[in-house]
Amino acid sequence: METLITILAGILVTAATYLILSKSLIRVILGTAILSHAAHLLIITMGGLKNGSVPIIGEGDANPVDALPQALILTSIVISFAVTAVSLVLAYRTYQETGTDKLDQLRGDRNE
Amino acid sequence: MNNIIAMPMMIPILVGILLIFFRHHIKLQRWSSLAAMIANIGITAYILHQIQQNGILRLDFGGWEPPFGILFVADSFSALLVLTTSIVAAICLVYAFSSTEKSYEQMFFYPFINFLVAGVNGSFLTGDLFNLYVCFEIMLLASYVLIAFGGRKGQLRESIKYVIINVVSSWFFLIAIAYTYGALGTLNFAHLSVRIAEQGQSPMLTVVSIVFLTVFALKAGLLLYFWLPGSYSVPPTAIAALFGALLTKVGIYAMFRVFTLLFYHEPHITHTIIGILAGLTLIIGSIGAVAYKDVRLIASYNVVIAVGFILVGLAVATPTAMEGSIFYLIHDMIVKALLFLLAGTMIAVTGETRIDYMSGLIRNYPLLGWIFFIVILALAGIPPLSGFIGKVLVGQGAVEAGAYILLALAFISSIFVLYSLMRVFLTSFWGETIISKEDKIPMKNGWIIPCIILAAGSFILGIGVEPLTVYVKDAAEVLANPQIYIDAVLYDN
Repeated sequence: METLITILAGILVTAATYLILSKSLIRVILGTAILSHAAHLLIITMGGLKNGSVPIIGEGDANPVDALPQALILTSIVISFAVTAVSLVLAYRTYQETGTDKLDQLRGDRNE
Repeated sequence: MNNIIAMPMMIPILVGILLIFFRHHIKLQRWSSLAAMIANIGITAYILHQIQQNGILRLDFGGWEPPFGILFVADSFSALLVLTTSIVAAICLVYAFSSTEKSYEQMFFYPFINFLVAGVNGSFLTGDLFNLYVCFEIMLLASYVLIAFGGRKGQLRESIKYVIINVVSSWFFLIAIAYTYGALGTLNFAHLSVRIAEQGQSPMLTVVSIVFLTVFALKAGLLLYFWLPGSYSVPPTAIAALFGALLTKVGIYAMFRVFTLLFYHEPHITHTIIGILAGLTLIIGSIGAVAYKDVRLIASYNVVIAVGFILVGLAVATPTAMEGSIFYLIHDMIVKALLFLLAGTMIAVTGETRIDYMSGLIRNYPLLGWIFFIVILALAGIPPLSGFIGKVLVGQGAVEAGAYILLALAFISSIFVLYSLMRVFLTSFWGETIISKEDKIPMKNGWIIPCIILAAGSFILGIGVEPLTVYVKDAAEVLANPQIYIDAVLYDN
């Protein structure tokens, strides 16, 4: 199971890297969103994917799954959500100001 | 009892949250932010004194004993850096009072500066890996907003690049945390260190340590610095000074923590790589510093050189070199803030950013010119000023360890620093003045007073090395003997 999820995370990272290296700004931001999905999958996988009950006291048997990675992911999801929101707004403002979302046109003057 | 060590993070956060509600009361915003920073200076000085007397302080949040809860740990190294951060932030705030436009100040300028400082202080004080990630993100989110403050074209352009590169480096950080947790099953620094020592640093752990190195190299601008010159040259002056003084230093601090406390078992791999990166950073930073004519870019490349220099101390890893790095780190925070403030002031009075469009500034603004001259001497490491002792100790450590190539690169880079800034001084301050008496923009007190305070700080740091040495020696001792840190966190109740 761990192997499968790790391979899936690897595929996500590949797709994200490809998107981040593209010219369009919105594709880059999509790439970062996929990148954070890969990280979250990897964190839950590294905690171990054994069979067990939900980590709530009084639910299921006495063999719960590791609760710490879930807390880490929850924190990290919120953070990447906030960062994605900020970067989307920044991309929108950049589009308004410069009239382009192509990264190779966002170079600025030579003398600036 | 030890609640006091959470204050350097708590006070700015509380003040920042409160100030959100008083958006239009600029006076209140200014003075309460400044009061928060000054309170932090006092508190951190007290913490530093406490550490001298009682050893390393720690605060377990919620009463959970380590390694189960999140905790703050204050040793001399973190306390010294928090103290310097508070001083620099207070002075940059004073500069911001007279340099920031009123419309900016109403758009939550001061709350974001408070959050930035809170993130930086939290990163210095935390004793938990994931908490370090969270504090990094607090600092970075505040910096994303601050770098785009005002929303000019160039700022938006550079902020996009800055945000994307930091999202990627945060992703690397998460990956490194995931693998660390998978391999060792804990996230507490001291507990991690114990477990790594128990099972030995396997090749897998060395790979994880290289991922950490990548993360912090991206944050600190160690060879992976390509985002830095662009993003540090666009924000308003006071913010650029805060960035130049604080942000890269957090990456350097994290690198010191991780490679002295956790991954110190295979120095011939990790520390050699750090040494190579530091050497390359010194070379590239030196080339950049002499290549440009934009005063902000020259200042940014000087940040890159300093990062390389400080990490020479970590690569060499003798106690003397560590001590030198700590001295140089403190010196660099103060002097880089001053350099960025001076560069911003030069741009403000001339309206130009290129040094060959400015000339003869010393006739119009003699005080500014002579302070700039002091900065040059301090950065190059001329004895009465603050850069000297750090350079000497790092050099001595490199000689002890036999790292002669790094030694040569580190000292040759000083010549490039001297040359790049002397060039600014000679072309913009000497020569015929191009500003006529009528067009002269008067120097505001709010611009020059922070610069004077920082220059005085450099003098005090240079002359007062002896009283400071007690604290720096203690900090270097904890870095050199991780057992002191582990005992203080895990076994001292």
